Amino acid sequence: MAEIRVEGLRHVYSAGTPFENVALDNINTVLHPGELIGVIGHTGSGKSTFIQHLNALLKPTGGTVYCNDKDINADKLSRRDIKFKVGLVFQYPEYQLFEETVYKDIAFGPKNMKLSDEEIDIRVREAAEFVGIGEYFFDKSPLELSGGQKRRIAIAGVIAMRPEVLILDEPTAGLDPAGCAQILENIISYRDKTGAAVVIVSHNMDDTARISDRILVFHKGSIAMDGTPEEVFSQPDRLIEMGLDVPHATSLAMVLRKNGIPLEGSIYTHEQLKAAVLKAKGVMSC
Amino acid sequence: MLKDVTLGQYFPGNSIVHRLDPRTKLILVVLFIAGLFQANGWLGYIVVMAVTFTAIGISTIPPKSFVRGLKPMIFIIALTAILNLFYTTGTPILPGWPVTFEGIERAVQMVLRISLLIAGTFLLTYTTSPMELTDGLEKLFSPLNKIKVPVHELTLMMSMALRFIPTLIEETDKIMSAQKARGADFETGGLIQRAKALLPVLVPLFVSAFRRADELAVAMESRCYHGGEGRTRMKQMKLEGRDYIALLIGAVFLAAMIVMKKFGL
Repeated sequence: MAEIRVEGLRHVYSAGTPFENVALDNINTVLHPGELIGVIGHTGSGKSTFIQHLNALLKPTGGTVYCNDKDINADKLSRRDIKFKVGLVFQYPEYQLFEETVYKDIAFGPKNMKLSDEEIDIRVREAAEFVGIGEYFFDKSPLELSGGQKRRIAIAGVIAMRPEVLILDEPTAGLDPAGCAQILENIISYRDKTGAAVVIVSHNMDDTARISDRILVFHKGSIAMDGTPEEVFSQPDRLIEMGLDVPHATSLAMVLRKNGIPLEGSIYTHEQLKAAVLKAKGVMSC
Repeated sequence: MLKDVTLGQYFPGNSIVHRLDPRTKLILVVLFIAGLFQANGWLGYIVVMAVTFTAIGISTIPPKSFVRGLKPMIFIIALTAILNLFYTTGTPILPGWPVTFEGIERAVQMVLRISLLIAGTFLLTYTTSPMELTDGLEKLFSPLNKIKVPVHELTLMMSMALRFIPTLIEETDKIMSAQKARGADFETGGLIQRAKALLPVLVPLFVSAFRRADELAVAMESRCYHGGEGRTRMKQMKLEGRDYIALLIGAVFLAAMIVMKKFGL
């Protein structure tokens, strides 16, 4: 499995024009295999620019991105190879579907990898299974399906390349709660079964807090915080200062604390809140 | 690569050129082009150049953007120059050469004529927002309503098309990135292969263009849009003193060019 290491990454849009804009500056981080990393940040904080560097879609203005200690931008071949190793699912990926059938669309990536037909078939079926799309759908046009189904097919199209790192930009945006839950479950099961690193960019703090092993907080083109959900959400004031939301449980805990209820520890899930409240109640009733 | 499209880009500003009524600017461009085509001798070209550069100077648009705007036309300009260079009869620059002194003169003048034509029209689109431009066109052509030309509908179509160009460019960029992330290759292979490689971009692009058109139609209908009849404007266009002065200058320019042509200058 691949390890991605980012060193001193800097990206400037429209360099040398009046519209010059430093989108990323001095980003250093390592994505370990098997890690589920949540990326959060305000709009324009550089998180989308960051993820597009991880598969060489964007070329860094400065700094280097390594995949297993090899510079991914070394030459044209490595820039192309990395796209199969690091699968990137864009925001609203259902708008990129183009083939006549679901099967062909999922097969687009593997076909570009120049795999044999048998291998492609295996991968398409495997990817479809990951996202819970039955064979029944294979001959349908992707345009006939519902929004949630389309999105799962688009994700399958990337999973079919068996990426060693899977990156998703807001995979649950605009879906109903059931659809969100299913997609997150699919992503987690991909991580569990393959041991790939998974990066999820999200605005939903509750989901991010619940599923991430580690959270990167982007702010004005830099990584402002990098740690476990416990570490990150133990400083809710700092997150709010950066214009970010905090999980519901965290904001409720903040209000309770302000009103004199001494809750202990970092709280970011409902279970933790419940336990902390019960404990505080016990303390107070003595 | 798609971001290089500067054709018709609007540079917001507050110069007197920006503040002129769009109708005035449209008429001025017509007068300018008419005048430009009267230029026959060097003096004529010098006058047109002086007028163009003065207008560009007043507009505070960086001259560089005009050079950038000329770039896509370089092929046409070069072709015209070469044709004129070789196909004008006259005295050869060296005995037996196909290039004549007259040819060189004509080639230079043709290049000047096309460049000035483009610069003049770009000055219009650089200083006038697409909205103002279509409003101006609609008002100018409103007499045609009498002979049943749907002026309002035509200008509405134009402003929508202009409005959606940047959106579609952005969309194309996004879809291309998404397909590149799935290993699509747009850069290698022969012509047919490359055309085929565009299919994964074009299909989603068309699908989304139709979706957008549909959504726009619904949004307009739900706000009770029912065509141009009896429709009032938020920004009323009004000709002011500076507009009349500008038009007068335009008219004098055209008259001067016609007179100069008579005298063969």
